Amino acid sequence: MSKAKFKNPVVKWIDHRLPIFSFMDHELNHYPTPKNLNYFWNFGSLAGIALVTMIITGIVLSMNYTAHVDYAFDSVERIMRDVNHGWLIRYIHMNGASFFFIVVYIHIFRGLYYGSYKAPRELLWILGVLILLLMMATAFMGYVLPWGQMSFWGATVITNLFSAIPLVGESIVTWLWGGFSVDNSTLNRFFSLHFVLPFVIVGVVILHLVALHRFGSNNPIGIDVKGTQDTLPFNPYYTIKDLFGLGVFLTIFAAAVFFFPNFMGHPDNYIEANPMVTPAHIVPEWYFLPFYAILRAIPDKLGGVLFMFGSIAVLFVIPWLDRSSVRSSQFRPIFKIFFWILLADCVLLGYLGAMPAEGIYVILSRIATAYYFFHFLILFPLLPYIEKTKPLPISISEPVLSGSSPASAFAFREKK
Amino acid sequence: MNAKPYWFKIKRFIIQSCTILSLFFSSQICFAAGEKITFPKLDWSFSGITGTFDRASQQRGLQVYKEVCAGCHGVRLLAYRNLKAIGYNDDEIKAFASENSVNTLNDDGEVVEREARPSDKFVSPYPNEKAARVANGGAYPPDLSLIVKARSDGANYLHALLTGYVDAPDEQKIPDGMYYNKYYPGKLIGMPQPLYEDGVEYADGTKATPNQMAKDVTAFLAWAAEPEMEDRKRLGISVILFLLVLTLLSYLAMKQIWAPIKNR
Repeated sequence: MSKAKFKNPVVKWIDHRLPIFSFMDHELNHYPTPKNLNYFWNFGSLAGIALVTMIITGIVLSMNYTAHVDYAFDSVERIMRDVNHGWLIRYIHMNGASFFFIVVYIHIFRGLYYGSYKAPRELLWILGVLILLLMMATAFMGYVLPWGQMSFWGATVITNLFSAIPLVGESIVTWLWGGFSVDNSTLNRFFSLHFVLPFVIVGVVILHLVALHRFGSNNPIGIDVKGTQDTLPFNPYYTIKDLFGLGVFLTIFAAAVFFFPNFMGHPDNYIEANPMVTPAHIVPEWYFLPFYAILRAIPDKLGGVLFMFGSIAVLFVIPWLDRSSVRSSQFRPIFKIFFWILLADCVLLGYLGAMPAEGIYVILSRIATAYYFFHFLILFPLLPYIEKTKPLPISISEPVLSGSSPASAFAFREKK
Repeated sequence: MNAKPYWFKIKRFIIQSCTILSLFFSSQICFAAGEKITFPKLDWSFSGITGTFDRASQQRGLQVYKEVCAGCHGVRLLAYRNLKAIGYNDDEIKAFASENSVNTLNDDGEVVEREARPSDKFVSPYPNEKAARVANGGAYPPDLSLIVKARSDGANYLHALLTGYVDAPDEQKIPDGMYYNKYYPGKLIGMPQPLYEDGVEYADGTKATPNQMAKDVTAFLAWAAEPEMEDRKRLGISVILFLLVLTLLSYLAMKQIWAPIKNR
């Protein structure tokens, strides 16, 4: 623990009583970070920024939104038309949800590829899966608020899933709705929960960061940091790299918000909810499509629900399902191939989730669902017994400075 | 470790990214191909990232809406004051609004009618959905405020639908009160053909062909659905230029900060 020196007397006075500046100096400035992180390590900070963006735009939207079945749709259109820059705030919030999921999905697959879930980072991973689950609940309830056709029918389909629970299912659905159909009381509670859950996410994100800073980031070669020669202070090296990544992200995000704001939405949600008219195809938002495909792949309703929730639940236990002690896929030739198959499988499930549940799509959904669970439940535990891993480097410094030994690298550093 | 050259890693990353992206986009194409009806793609002035609305076309479109569509369809989310954005002045808007009447309360608490003002929303032809259905043989003429956004490829769809009334094939049975339209899902629509040659007389002398009228009313309704579009695209270009400069500067700063580490 290095005791930070502050020149400003006010900062010094406060820090002596409340060491908040020492804390920030330690966790954001000197925080030792592996020096070989690639651009896939940008997505954690991007997810944090996406969360903050969603909360700020969401608070502004809530000031102009009316959570009532008769006014919700029109209040959103009033935001789009009459509130100053309301269209900008709403389009940022609407597309922000999609981009938040894009960033988080990349973040998760990065963790899977480089084995970031392995000891001693199991709790870090579990907290991350918990954040994903909370995000899904929040996004689902947020999509109901504009009270368009997809809002209403999506809410009806998803809440009805709970009716598959034996004996108490129907009662649970009535309890969730606050009535006998998706109606005003459902909209009210969804608004309330959609407002509060992001702050729960913030809480879990803080725990996620505490767990991260306990052992620091994993890295592309997945071996532990051996000493200061393997790390760099977070500032300025990773603050500037994160800033550059943020610039790229915001440019793509802005292109969507300003030029294709409705590309990722469904046109039907610009039709006001009508309980008397069911849309031809009820499809959830794109980020739920893989899970929707798993739900529909199982011919039994309860089974489908169990498999859908199981597809998330299995993520909680993968630190113990993967028996290999080698973290990074770079040294696991077979695991690496299966990683890309898993990614393709998830993309395929997403595609199948958007297709009607008929013919070849049902068969493909079943194969893709089977592979998803095979990957985690069978491949993860058994692969280490047949896979011959490549030899691990001695330290992070070595592969970074190809051609020179760690000792010479260290000597060079001393010379500077 | 004999690590692979850096360019090889980049190449592999690009190939993998392309594979994923092509998977994604091929799924989009398949999705589009799943819809059985394809309609002509027109070159709209408002498409593309620098596209703007054609004021003259929008004004003709308003005329078509008023004289042809407004008998059955409302645009309840538009206010008369919004017409300023398509080039009308305050007096014209006042006059346009005053042709309609809205209900209000007088000092004795009785419901009375008054002339609509620029601050009022466009008055819909029917007081509610039930009245609309009764007047249209059970069919409900939808409100058109968001129609261009509420249909996939809305502008092309709307234009196609308005010009899609053709003679039905012999085997097609047409029930009473239904009409054949080759672009409508299911081909049978409750709306009779609305646009005929010279159905309106344009003030600017443009020949009122059904195709021209369909294009004009689509331009008007595209604006009604997205009145912020021109502001949005204009702001978007500034924002993206700003972000590109910021990104470039942060890239150069990053290269400079990392140089001692990379070159060691």
